Amino acid sequence: MTSTAISSFDEMIDDQGNVRPAYAGYRQWYDAQDPKWMSRQGKEAESFFRRTGITFNVYGEAAGEERLIPFDMIPRIITADEWKKLSRGIEQRVRAINAFLHDLYHKREIIKAGKLPERVLAHNDAYLKQMVGFTPPGGVYTHIVGIDLVRTGADDFMVLEDNARTPSGVSYMLENRETMMAMFPELFTRVQVQPVSDYPRALARSLAACAPPAFAGDRPTVAVLTPGIYNSAYFEHAFLADQMGAQLVESGDLRVVDGRVCMRTTRGFKAIDVLYRRVDDDFLDPLTFNPDSMLGVAGIMDVYRSGGITIANAPGTGIADDKAIYSFMPEIVEFYTGEKPILKNVPTWRCAEADSLAYVLDNLADLVVKEVHGSGGYGMLIGPTSSKAEIAAFERKLRAKPDNYIAQPTLSLSTVPIFTKAGLAPRHVDLRPFVLVSPGGINITPGGLTRVALKKGSLVVNSSQGGGTKDSWVLAE
Amino acid sequence: MMLGRSAWGVFWMARYLERAENTARMLDAGFRMALTRGNTAASDEWRSVLITLGLDDAYAALGGDYTGPAVTNYILRGHNNLGSVLAMMEAARTNARMVRTALTREVWEATNESWMMIRDMLARPVRESDLGHVLDSIRRQASLVRGAMEGTMLRNDIFNFARIGTHLERADNTARILDVKYHVLLPSLAWVGSRLDNAQWEMVLRSVSGERAFRWLNAGALDPRGIAQFLILDGRFPRSLAYCYNKLASNVVALAREYGETTSACHLVGEAAEKLGRTTIAEIFDYGLHEFLTDSLNGNFRIADAIATDYRFTE
Repeated sequence: MTSTAISSFDEMIDDQGNVRPAYAGYRQWYDAQDPKWMSRQGKEAESFFRRTGITFNVYGEAAGEERLIPFDMIPRIITADEWKKLSRGIEQRVRAINAFLHDLYHKREIIKAGKLPERVLAHNDAYLKQMVGFTPPGGVYTHIVGIDLVRTGADDFMVLEDNARTPSGVSYMLENRETMMAMFPELFTRVQVQPVSDYPRALARSLAACAPPAFAGDRPTVAVLTPGIYNSAYFEHAFLADQMGAQLVESGDLRVVDGRVCMRTTRGFKAIDVLYRRVDDDFLDPLTFNPDSMLGVAGIMDVYRSGGITIANAPGTGIADDKAIYSFMPEIVEFYTGEKPILKNVPTWRCAEADSLAYVLDNLADLVVKEVHGSGGYGMLIGPTSSKAEIAAFERKLRAKPDNYIAQPTLSLSTVPIFTKAGLAPRHVDLRPFVLVSPGGINITPGGLTRVALKKGSLVVNSSQGGGTKDSWVLAE
Repeated sequence: MMLGRSAWGVFWMARYLERAENTARMLDAGFRMALTRGNTAASDEWRSVLITLGLDDAYAALGGDYTGPAVTNYILRGHNNLGSVLAMMEAARTNARMVRTALTREVWEATNESWMMIRDMLARPVRESDLGHVLDSIRRQASLVRGAMEGTMLRNDIFNFARIGTHLERADNTARILDVKYHVLLPSLAWVGSRLDNAQWEMVLRSVSGERAFRWLNAGALDPRGIAQFLILDGRFPRSLAYCYNKLASNVVALAREYGETTSACHLVGEAAEKLGRTTIAEIFDYGLHEFLTDSLNGNFRIADAIATDYRFTE
């Protein structure tokens, strides 16, 4: 072997150069299409997204600057069997996360059992003392979860991150499918794909099933709380509210009246039963958390604790997707389900531990180092693609505050084809399936959001860093 | 039932769209007038367009000259001009984005596309040779949004708040055009037939797209009293004050019916519509056209204020 590049698992083509079964039907169709026509369709898709206003705002750019997340029109395809195994693993993990949260805020048995060191909770902003001893309506903490998965081999899916706060991206999953169906209707008659369009209804049902004790009536009033039109995910907030037939509210619309959180309507104040909030815990209640918050509702935590409203996801769920907790997830899953985890974790070194730190410092050039509280691909080091100077600069930060970092091996993320001028070309991807939790059970939409690093060889799939998205298919059985 | 903020957003979205469209009409009329007149008269004309739009002071402060290209570009896309067509389209679109869930997909897309198209069109200074095309496009885009509203929106409170915005803005616009022109027109009330005054009257009619309708109704005769009657009292003409108030009245009645409560705004609108219905053009001129129009503009302001309060647009 002379090549030093990491060899990756390609989801379409096997080692012998043959098309894998998942892509057989699609490739047959694709090979019969005129590349020029395909290219035109790609441009068509972009103007469709612009027209419908499917944009996201990038922080740091001029106010109101809206960008499109690039869309690649080659679907990412998963077989029904692969999906079955994945969804079992996801369900197991999400069950464990909810049990874990309940335990952390009540008896803390996992700590007593010695499976989780107490220090990870100490000085951790994601652990909210206001939630201690309180059980959210229906016992549900994470109504909506997005589990980030990466694939490294035929049977190797690993969890990269559990997004248990306010995962975003589901509107892209839905709009990508709509776009594909509008662009290539005949394709969907050739290849049978499991639908995703039930998601908004399932979300509405799932939220309504968690109505608080104060709810009285036929149908709980559900509202989506957005920070406003300049938020990067505003389009998604509006999209979900619209699809659910819920009100899209902002801080200025809300006020606590007679022990309920109410929205100001044209006919006066009306109580909200379930609030799907897309603002972070810290901004939720200026009386309880960040006093400067303009995005929340003063007094909502008191209403919440007295049973006047359901907040989805529950405040304090962030502790479950904290990167300091992540490395304990295999133990957590086993502790609460009594089963071996179906989905693997990525091996993780906790830089807070001296041995691990020493190893990480010796191997920086081969590792990915992440901030414990970071997100969006910011503040991380990807050793193999960084210069000596970048690594040295990062090393200084790491030595100064080792508690703040974890490290993982550079994974050879699987590749799937994207459409380029020169034809199909492999690019690295991840997958974020969306999971709904209600007292009635767990609902996983088949597929999810595939994010793709559009630059050749790149492993960064974040939309804020030049990544794109794809429609993700789970084939019908 | 809807959010007060959403009602506010829908109301202003409709107002801005209407205002952008009216501004395009006024520019069109001014442009045509300037083409057919000498330079001095043309700059007077541009000055009066600026006055009508309430932009005269801001423009004077910039020290711009009163030629067609300078004034039209300022009105269409002037830097820091919050009353430019570009700024209004952006404001309309921002409001639409804020109330996205109150709109149908068609209405949102029509508004978003209109904004994208006009933004691109106004990205660079508009040359005189392109002006006609640009103004046409602005009017056509406004029609598209209106058509999408008409064809796809439920006839509920959301729709009525939008229509209230449209009709109030339109009533304001017609009243302001008449008010700016009235002193030029006053002598002609006694002294009919001069070519200059005919041109001024035609300008007024053109700026509300009423020249054909008026000619059709009056067999081509341009009679100032008849024109004032047409623009103020003829309920058949969709930009007359009478039409706007009748529509406003039906919008607030529909709201009152849906909500099961009558508000102060309902009373104000009802009174205004009823009073206008009883008035004759002779009474208006006896009272004084300027005074009448000033009262009317103040009345619009009070109505807008009452609606914002009654329906809790803000805290």
